[in-house]
Amino acid sequence: MAEERKDTYYAEGVPLPETPQPGAQPKPWQKTNIIGKRVARVDAYERVSGSAEFPSDVVLPDMLYGAILRSPHPHARVKRIDTSGAEKADGVHAVLSDASPEANIYWPYSREIRMKLFDPLCRYEGEPVAAVAADTPHQAHDALRLIKVEYEILPFVVDERKALDQGAPSVHASGNRVTPVQVYERGDVQKGFAEADVVLEETYRTECEIHTPMEAHGCVAKWDRDRLTLWESTQGVYAIQARVAEILGLPLSKVRVIGHYMGGGFGSKLQPGKYTIIAALLARKTGRPVKLFVTREDTYLVVGNRPPANMRLKAGVKKDGKLTALYMSGIGTGGAYPAGGTSLLDWVVKELYACPNVKTELSDLYINAGPARPMRAPGHPQGAWALEQMMDALAEKIGMDPVELRLKNISLFSQSRDGNPAYTSTGLRECLVEGAKAFNWNELRKKTSADKKGHIRRGVGMASAVWFVGGGGPPSTVIVKLFSDGSVNLNMGASDIGTGTKTVMAMVVAEELGVKPDVIQIEHADTGTTQYATSSGGSKTIPTESPAVRAAAIAVKQQVLKIASEELKIPVADLTIRDGQVVSLADASKKVRIPDIAGLKRQGLLVGIGYRHPNPPDKITNPFAAQFCEVEVNMKTGEVKIVRFVGTNDSGRVMDRLTYDNQVFGGITMGIGLAMIEKRALDAGQTGKMLNRNWHDYKIPTALDVPADMVSLPIDLPDPAANTTGAKGLGEPVTIPTAAAVANAVYNATGVRVTSTPMSPVQLCELFARTTKGAKDEKAGKGR
Amino acid sequence: MKKRDESDEEKTKRGLTRRQFLTTVSAGAAAVAVSGKEKARAAEDVQVVSADEKTRVTFTLNGRRRRVMVEPRWSLLFVLRERLGMTGTKVGCERGECGACTVLINDVPRYACMTLAVEAEGTKVTTLEGLMKGEELGPVQQAFAEEDAFQCGYCTPGQIMAVEGLLRATPNPSSEEIRAAMAGNLCRCGTYTHIFKAAKRAAELKQKAGGA
Repeated sequence: MAEERKDTYYAEGVPLPETPQPGAQPKPWQKTNIIGKRVARVDAYERVSGSAEFPSDVVLPDMLYGAILRSPHPHARVKRIDTSGAEKADGVHAVLSDASPEANIYWPYSREIRMKLFDPLCRYEGEPVAAVAADTPHQAHDALRLIKVEYEILPFVVDERKALDQGAPSVHASGNRVTPVQVYERGDVQKGFAEADVVLEETYRTECEIHTPMEAHGCVAKWDRDRLTLWESTQGVYAIQARVAEILGLPLSKVRVIGHYMGGGFGSKLQPGKYTIIAALLARKTGRPVKLFVTREDTYLVVGNRPPANMRLKAGVKKDGKLTALYMSGIGTGGAYPAGGTSLLDWVVKELYACPNVKTELSDLYINAGPARPMRAPGHPQGAWALEQMMDALAEKIGMDPVELRLKNISLFSQSRDGNPAYTSTGLRECLVEGAKAFNWNELRKKTSADKKGHIRRGVGMASAVWFVGGGGPPSTVIVKLFSDGSVNLNMGASDIGTGTKTVMAMVVAEELGVKPDVIQIEHADTGTTQYATSSGGSKTIPTESPAVRAAAIAVKQQVLKIASEELKIPVADLTIRDGQVVSLADASKKVRIPDIAGLKRQGLLVGIGYRHPNPPDKITNPFAAQFCEVEVNMKTGEVKIVRFVGTNDSGRVMDRLTYDNQVFGGITMGIGLAMIEKRALDAGQTGKMLNRNWHDYKIPTALDVPADMVSLPIDLPDPAANTTGAKGLGEPVTIPTAAAVANAVYNATGVRVTSTPMSPVQLCELFARTTKGAKDEKAGKGR
Repeated sequence: MKKRDESDEEKTKRGLTRRQFLTTVSAGAAAVAVSGKEKARAAEDVQVVSADEKTRVTFTLNGRRRRVMVEPRWSLLFVLRERLGMTGTKVGCERGECGACTVLINDVPRYACMTLAVEAEGTKVTTLEGLMKGEELGPVQQAFAEEDAFQCGYCTPGQIMAVEGLLRATPNPSSEEIRAAMAGNLCRCGTYTHIFKAAKRAAELKQKAGGA
């Protein structure tokens, strides 16, 4: 029996990493046993069997359902509200509006701007004006229809390009500028442009995208007297806890947030919403648990977006391919409140390529639309849409291959941060070279550039990326528990938002202890029972948490060695752990199986605590990427078929190749959405309302839209200077270059430069017609 | 009445694409709600109840006969999740766009959000939970786990049911058939590439196990 157990729990014949002295940093892993392999998820069973409980699955005894009445106007003032009909309606147990004393709560839109929870002044369509809790969701929604609201409809502006026009309605009394123009400058751009052999200038635009995770935003709220428990669909339970405690004036200890599973966030679930607070208030008022998830339509209006971006980019290059100057001006909007409308829009311009003279000017404006929330690599895909198409155009002008041009402008340090810190690793060159090779870039490029006959045209394009964070860092606390039978429990606060966090962390424990990953039980994402972690966002979860997990596992090993040393009467320095046993290095016959260590049995449990170590003080850690794309364009219909994608990433050490590839494909798929189909349509003329608030009218990529041939090619470049596992972030760099790569491929196929997303057949047909008319011959577009 | 469009669907014996599905389902839902023709038909053999009055519906859920009192306006999705505790079936849009709520009705993939609970009368409903063999995964579930055919996992039950429906009708689907069958199930994490692999793998596993 005992023998069987040993076989079940520990891998045999694999050497474990050396255990460092207490207090010493572990050495980087050399050869790994499990890290880097294709390992199926440790929670795959839960996710495919239906036993994974997502917040929206929570059904509690006596639970009510909440629903929110929202302003149908983009700008309006509530003059009168009559909730009496709803209060009397069947099944209704509570109604809240600005008139309710319980709802006299302030919602912080920013440090400076605080509004009431149900503020009479609605600056965007979808602002809550009332809420109800009822026995069924149907009754709750029926009751909303019985609430009479009289609005004073105010003039609106929903197009940021018109927000500064004379006579444009003001979203805030201070005007429509969120801040003064944000200027960044290094070197002298005028001088840089003067030195250039070629200077190009172009205007680009990316449309507003909506996150639309499959699970809507919301929670189940339950009170036990003064203690609130929230099952929230979130990327970070501790972030929700902090915000909710602050808004409701509760001690952190009285707010427990549980978020074991969540149905996608992409940045939109890093914060609670008004819905969270409303659910808590309804639950308190009724004394019953309340489930409140926003409707699918509301996910388009009120829970964030990737803001639209209007970019003017001017670039200068020498004939030898050296960039001399870059100038970008950008206009964006985070909606009706400060929400980072131009956040990081210029980052790739400032950082991706070596360039001595750079200036950027960003204007973040208010419009009467829902506030933005971070969306997968905020600002970056938009900036890359401009910069990476510009690089393509520059390469053509100086007669250089686009990959070559990029290779000539790689920077090994951060150019826009104070002190120009070096990157801990820079795998951009490898991404470009290896990716081009795997894609067969040179051959295809020659072929597609030469062949411009017929109405079906093939083209190839590429783009690259840097992501401004992705190195992670403290704080993080992780606990690894070793049970007396040698099985293991991992306790961490981080959410696994679908990226495979739990699996990778189990692999780290397995690597260090030799225990099989499937014996490890994981507790996570619960402020009541797991340790502090920052939210899973910014592609930082693996580089943040995995070193802490490694440290916790090592802390367990150190204790095992100490106890075994006392029992075997052999100094710790002469002991090692392998095959689930503590063995003497000098005499391999002297050994004890972990479950047989009497001290462990007596103690019942060993607890190893690991903390995330600080980052190197003088360096910066960023992931890099390049993507290569092949398209087939129908010149008659304007349809683009994306045939092939190769994604290469330098995200440091590859932890789980299986989930790694999944991220790469997912990022490309989302990038295809930006490039080809996604666009929030607001009725700028008459109503200011959103016109496509569902998945039918707002398309996202389906099974029919992804290329049949997608390859993920990791540049497995462990980064020991970054952290003790050598991993960097992956989830965001994978979507940064995609749209630009497709646009460059479309240009290569057609000779037409598409500067605005989405590259719809309508837009392409218009552009083709214009180009054909201008050039008047078969080689239309070539002379651009 | 209850067989309305389903007999046609059954004849096709394969997963429906999103568009086909929308056509059949919206026809069905509209019929129950307002269509004059259906109303007339309903009057012949079905008792008409008002919106907030409960009526009894009986169907087979994962092999078990279930009798539930439902409001006529309740969707099958609502009844499965909030009344019967079968939360494997997910709620994504409640308007027939995303497929997160896909279940099998008489072996054919259907959106549970666009199926009124009363429409399930007398049918055989299979949800994700119904693919389990006790605590063990069924072949399609196993294939999804092996191929990492999900990220957040929220659309996954619907994806699995769509593959299950496809394989029950077409045990050996081509790549194109798989794509078409999965076109009515959105995955915002973008795991389609792995889902296609899982569908192929599931077909193998099912055949190894001696057919569906």
